[in-house]
Amino acid sequence: MSTKQIDARGLSCPQPVVLVDRALADGNADLEILVDNEVARENVSRLIKRRGLKVDISQNGADIIIRTAKS
Amino acid sequence: MKNIFATRTGIIVVGAVIGIGAALLQYFGNPPNMGICVACFERDIAGALGLHRAEVVQYLRPEIMGFVLGAFAAALFAGEYKPRGGSSPLIRFFLGIFAMLGALVFLGCPWRTLLRLAGGDGNAILGLVGLVFGIFIGVLLLKNGFSLGRSYPQRKASGWIFPALMVGLFLLLVFQVSFTPGGPIFSSVKGPGSQHAPIIISIIAGLIIGALAQRSRFCTMGAFRDMILIRDFHLVSGVAALLVFAFVMNLILGQFKPGFEGQPIAHTDHLWNFLGMTLAGLAFVLAGGCPGRQLFLSGEGDMDAAIFAMGMIVGAAFAHNFAIASSPKGVAAFGPAAVIIGLIFCLVIGFTQRDKIVA
Repeated sequence: MSTKQIDARGLSCPQPVVLVDRALADGNADLEILVDNEVARENVSRLIKRRGLKVDISQNGADIIIRTAKS
Repeated sequence: MKNIFATRTGIIVVGAVIGIGAALLQYFGNPPNMGICVACFERDIAGALGLHRAEVVQYLRPEIMGFVLGAFAAALFAGEYKPRGGSSPLIRFFLGIFAMLGALVFLGCPWRTLLRLAGGDGNAILGLVGLVFGIFIGVLLLKNGFSLGRSYPQRKASGWIFPALMVGLFLLLVFQVSFTPGGPIFSSVKGPGSQHAPIIISIIAGLIIGALAQRSRFCTMGAFRDMILIRDFHLVSGVAALLVFAFVMNLILGQFKPGFEGQPIAHTDHLWNFLGMTLAGLAFVLAGGCPGRQLFLSGEGDMDAAIFAMGMIVGAAFAHNFAIASSPKGVAAFGPAAVIIGLIFCLVIGFTQRDKIVA
């Protein structure tokens, strides 16, 4: 399955978490999530780890890119 | 730099500091079971400015200013100061108004709900159950796609407005400014507004809690929301710590008095204690944070959160001008009507504000 992108920039929590949770529940384990603040990074990372996946975080200007990886 | 306050241990330490701090602030003079109450203290500020004329609840509470400025300093230091705004500001303003109306029908924000419980006030159980019920309704709306839309980066200087307002209020307090004879700035001579810790203790406590809460993302509403929404118990462990440590400190300081009748600044109308906090809880979810969290976000430069806080201050003025705020004697004449209107408003907003987010 190809990588599913989620643009959660500018969304306040918990909406980034809700979007990611829904995507994971739909069976998409290969995600690339764009967020623009630390709180969203922490919350989304915590959710992904609790769902048994690893996270890979990189920075692109003001955007934070969170990728999921199979553990 | 790893943020140690965002860990499980971190959030528990922050909850404990708030719980202990609140009990100590009561010991140093803040009102009983009200060491820290964001709703009550914003209401006192509204009164001090003369936006309402309830003489017993007027005081420029330094804790509120400390929360914003502490969070502001912590965010600047951590590189998290990011002015942003534009996510349905008018809706957030009204959510702030109705959140305050609900909170003042119960007589407390979520923090005071916990502190009342920690002081032995059984009526707070109804408030807490109402709060969780309101949050539960909000979670259903979130799952249904509720969103107030994206915020957008704003210019650096715009995020300074709210912290600057807090500095201004603090100066008005310190220099005891009087604008007209017999006019504002008001300061209660009796009642809860007259009960306060020394300014220096209040502002330092506020700054410390503001900074810690900004780092840890402490939020009472978020705690219950995350538990219901995604079975995440991170934030709620901080809330539990607040409750436990405030309770232990109250026992040590002789401030624990269990019962329902005659509790300080509380009434025993179970239905409206419950529904008042249902409204508040629902409004907090829709706006994305409890009153405390909204202040910390304001300090980070979140102008939407600042609008919510302004809404709460205006809501407090309405609550006392229009006989909506309860008193120890019970629910006021227009309290129930205000709660019902508020619930209708929140539900309409909850069902109509839905983003088609193309993920």
